[in-house]
Parts: sequence; C-alpha cells; structure tokens
Amino acid sequence: MSHPANATVFLKDKARAKWHDDTLWIVRQKRDLTIHQIPEWEKLRELASQIKDHTLSKLDFYLEELEKNATANGIKVHWAEDAQEHNEIIGKILDEKNCKAIVKSKSILTEECHLNPFLEDKGIEVVDTDLGERIIQFLKQPPSHIVMPAIHLKKSDISEIFHEKLKTEKGNVDPVYLTHAARLHLREKFLQAKVAITGVNFAVAETGEFVVCTNEGNADMGVHLADTHIACMGIEKLIPRRKDLGVFLRLLARSATGQSITNYNSHFRSPSPGKELHLILVNNGRTKQLAREKFRNSLKCIRCGACMNTCPIYRRSGGFSYGSTVPGPIGSILSPGMDLKRYSTLPFASTLCGSCSDVCPVKINIHEQLYEWRQEITKAQGSSLKGLSMKLANGIFKSPLAYKISGQLMRASLKTLPDSVIYNPLNAWGKGRNLPDLPTESFKVWYTKNRR
Amino acid sequence: MNSKTSILAAIKGLDMEEKPLPDIPDFDVAADLVEAYTHSLNANKGTVVNKEELEQMIAETAFPKIYSSVPSFAHFTNCELPLHPADFADLDLAVIEGQFASAENAAIWLDESNLDLRAIPFITAHLVIVIKKENIVGNMHEAYQRIGTTNSGFGVFIAGPSKTADIEQSLVVGAHGAMSLRVVIL
Repeated sequence: MSHPANATVFLKDKARAKWHDDTLWIVRQKRDLTIHQIPEWEKLRELASQIKDHTLSKLDFYLEELEKNATANGIKVHWAEDAQEHNEIIGKILDEKNCKAIVKSKSILTEECHLNPFLEDKGIEVVDTDLGERIIQFLKQPPSHIVMPAIHLKKSDISEIFHEKLKTEKGNVDPVYLTHAARLHLREKFLQAKVAITGVNFAVAETGEFVVCTNEGNADMGVHLADTHIACMGIEKLIPRRKDLGVFLRLLARSATGQSITNYNSHFRSPSPGKELHLILVNNGRTKQLAREKFRNSLKCIRCGACMNTCPIYRRSGGFSYGSTVPGPIGSILSPGMDLKRYSTLPFASTLCGSCSDVCPVKINIHEQLYEWRQEITKAQGSSLKGLSMKLANGIFKSPLAYKISGQLMRASLKTLPDSVIYNPLNAWGKGRNLPDLPTESFKVWYTKNRR
Repeated sequence: MNSKTSILAAIKGLDMEEKPLPDIPDFDVAADLVEAYTHSLNANKGTVVNKEELEQMIAETAFPKIYSSVPSFAHFTNCELPLHPADFADLDLAVIEGQFASAENAAIWLDESNLDLRAIPFITAHLVIVIKKENIVGNMHEAYQRIGTTNSGFGVFIAGPSKTADIEQSLVVGAHGAMSLRVVIL
C-alpha cells in the first residue's frame, strides 16, 4: 500500500481531481461560516477535548458504568476484543433470529471490521441504507470519506449504477430524481428487515444510553421497524454525562458539514416492549493506541471528517489513496497504530501545515502526531538513502571549505545536468515540482561584492 | 480470559493519571428566541407555520391518512394507531407535540411520551411538530438541562426534514424519512 502510488491514479483524471478539491473546500468554508456564529466555539472545543481526555484517562471505569447502566435499561451488552469477535457476535444473533437480511446504517466501525463480507459469506443480505453508502455498495467500493462516502463520484456515475440496479431512466442525472428512486428502493428494505444494525456516535456512561446522528433518518427507519437493533461502537465513543452531549452535538455537525446540527439525533436507552437492543463494545486495537502516550489522544476523535475537508493532500489525492478505513489526516495517525508496515506511507501524506489540528473539534494535535509517526517509521525502517544524504550533509556543513566548494559545484551542475536526473522515477520529489531559478553566485560572494 | 476482562485489564494496566472533568458553563443566547428559532429551522429546510396556515394546508391537500397525537389537532386524525409501525408506511401526515426546542439549531426534543410509536416521525411522509413558545430555549446546554434525568426509553432531537447531499453535494429533501417538517409555535 503506497499513498503516492494511489494518489497518482486519482490524479490521472485532472478535471475530477479538481472538482474533488474544490467541493471539499466548499464544505470547509461552510464550516467556517457556521462556527463564526458561535462566539464560544473555542471554549466548546476546549471543553470537548477535556471531556474526552478525562474519559480516556478513566476508560475502564466508564466502560463498566456504561455496561451496568445499559444492562439495567434492558440493553444486552457484548464485548469484542477484535473485528472477528465483533462479527461473530452479530452472526450469532442473526443465526438465533434465523435472519437472512439486515439493514445497516452509519457505521464506520463495521467497515473497519469488514462485517459485510463476513455476513455475505453466511448468505445474509446486507443493505447499507445511507444513500451514499448504498451507492458505493452497488459499486462494490469502500467509502472514500467518513461523512460523505460517495464524494469521489459524479452524478453521471450514480445515474449509471442506478439505471443498472434500480432501473432508473438511462442518462437521468437529476439528484432529486435519483434520491427518490433510492427512497422507494430502500423503503421496501426497511419494511422487510427484522434486524437493523447501526453505529454509535456517543454512548453516555451515567445513563447507559447511546446516540446516533443522521440527516437522512435511515438509522431510525431501520431500527424502529425491525424487531432487533444491534448497535456497534468502538470503546472510545464514551462520554461520562448526558449533559456532555450538549457540547458534542454543538460541535459535530458544524465541524462536519457546516450544519448547526444533524436533523435526527436519536437517544436509545431501552428497547421498545417486545423488542431487543444489543450494544457491542469493540476494542480492535484501541487499547494499544491508548497505551501509546504520544498517540493516545487520537482516540478523542468524534469522526466529523473536518480534517479531511481541510487537508490539501486529502483533497488532492482522494480517500482511496489512503487504503485505510478512515482516510485523511486522522486516518493517517490511527491506521499506523493498527499496522505500521501496511500504512507506513500515510504519515508522509501531509504537508504538516497544521490545518487539521486547527479545525479538529476535540483539539487532537493531528499534525504533530503525523510528525511523531514519521520518526517511528524511520526508526523502524533503519538507515535509508535519505539517512545517507543527511550524513553527507552533516560533513559538508561542518567544514567551511567543503561547504563553499559544494555550493559552487551544485550551482554549476544543476544548470548543466539533464532534467532526467531530477525528473526520474527514483526521485519522487521531482513529481509535480519544478526547481526554482538558480542564483548565479552564493550569498557569501554577493555580500562580499555589495557590502559598503 | 473473556474479552471484557482482557479489555478492562489492558486499560487498568496502563495506570493512567486521571485528568479533570470540566464543568460546562452557561453561554449567552439569542435575545429573540422565536426569531432565532425560525432562522435556524429555515436553514435546516423546515418551516414555521401558524395554526391557521396548518389548518388551511390540511384542508387543501386532503391527505388520505393523517394521525395526530396532539389533542388540539385530534380532529384531523382519520386512522387508527396500528399495532406494527410498518402499517404506517402510507401515513401522509403526522402531528406531534414537541417538549421544547433549541433556538440555536432548531432541534426539537421528543420522547416516548410524545410518540405513540417510535417510528411515527420518521415513517410519515410529512411531519408537523407543535411546540409552545415558552418552551424554546437558547442552546443545547439549556436543552439538556431541561431533559435532566428523565428516563424515556427513546428520545430524539429532530431539527428538520429528512435530507441528503450524497449525490454531488446537491441538497435533496426527503431521503428516507419525512419529506417536510412544519413547526407550529403556539
């Protein structure tokens, strides 16, 4: 998995890459407009950061509180050490219900656990009900963004796949027409499903309830029509108090899309009479990340996607170039914790400009952690060509004579060297970059001539 | 060792120093809450209507299936509450009472005491929520103070109609849930 190689594929279609860049920048601008209407915005970010820091520092206590209170509410709580166990728990519940079709909404965690292929192998039909997720499910693609899963597609792509799958008019690209076709298709699925699976945005330890936020209302359509609701959450989704939701619901949608709040914010505390409610608490590497002090606070993430929308690299390389469930800056600090070798190029997919940290609603120092991962990766990879050039540079900078001669040599040789030395496949730096015009003399020579 | 034990042991083993949990202070809110509420609702693609406008709309549209759990609009109800929510798949209009609303984002709080079936505000084609003017609060912090420690099995903040922008970021109202939201402020 190489980010630069994947980004090259994305950048082949220049017009589409430009559209992607511009569109995400518009979302970032919407976020700016809306947060400027909240004078206490920075205070809210600080509060959210402190609440999450506190929760992580007592995560064992709050997980037990959550389990105790949720159980008292009638929720069946399960614990999963890894993705496999998470999938098996769901598989077992579905077997017990003899369930052959489920509807699912709003869950990056189930993506992370590869739940869909697991269930499909068991012969269970899985229907992702968020419009964007349904589109990419038809195309057998993963999401390219955690909030806007189909942001890499154009309406002509969607029209084409809907024509094939939903028998919509060929060539009709009207988003209203296409959305309503999906509404009819998915309503049928909602009305038939006996089990609905959702993710979790926030779980509240003191009340044993959890909250799911959507704009489409798909989570609610699924769970209220089904007999069984299975909710899956990473163990870091906890907050201590119900009133903490006030802080997080003010931050989440504004950071994500620039809306003041998502249109549906559902609080599940206990099942309807005669129905079942399951909550699965998933580790899957999170306690390992918690143990890494430098990277611990990446677990504060509330999955708003703001760092992706603002990132100059994400916008110009697309979500697929990261090859990880969560792409973009936050994904580039979470994924190396899961598999350092596989995701070793991700912390380098950044200019370290710090814009991600500036927009993060829970104040994760994302760009600093990207830099920290680079140190870890360089250490893990041992000495490299770059290491050798640094040693060479060290020698040159130590000796004034060596510095003077190498400078003269450099200016002379850069003028005469063929372009192929810089713009060759071995030198990734040369891609998309030009050398600046060379000065004819060194600063030292210029200063000697011009000083009065 | 089961997974609960191993997860908790892994966290306890880190022996982390406890960080402080902050108090949430009060923040300033809009001076005119009805005006702020209306502005927020419009941004979410909902509309504020008065009682007369709602009655006129219902008279003109002649919806075949209407359900109201609000006593003052009960005369519009023309169907029975079904046992299973799927039988409301063809519900045209639901009228529900909201407990209170937050002016900063138009979110209205409903819980099971307002919902004869949890599915109603989602499955209906069009939704009307009735709130009292004195029950509009400034922001979400005040809203959660109102909710307090009540323990309904299900509660929801609804802030607009069902919407999506998943096709090239074009906003479309009416994805899966209600295709419109009208709020009557009494």
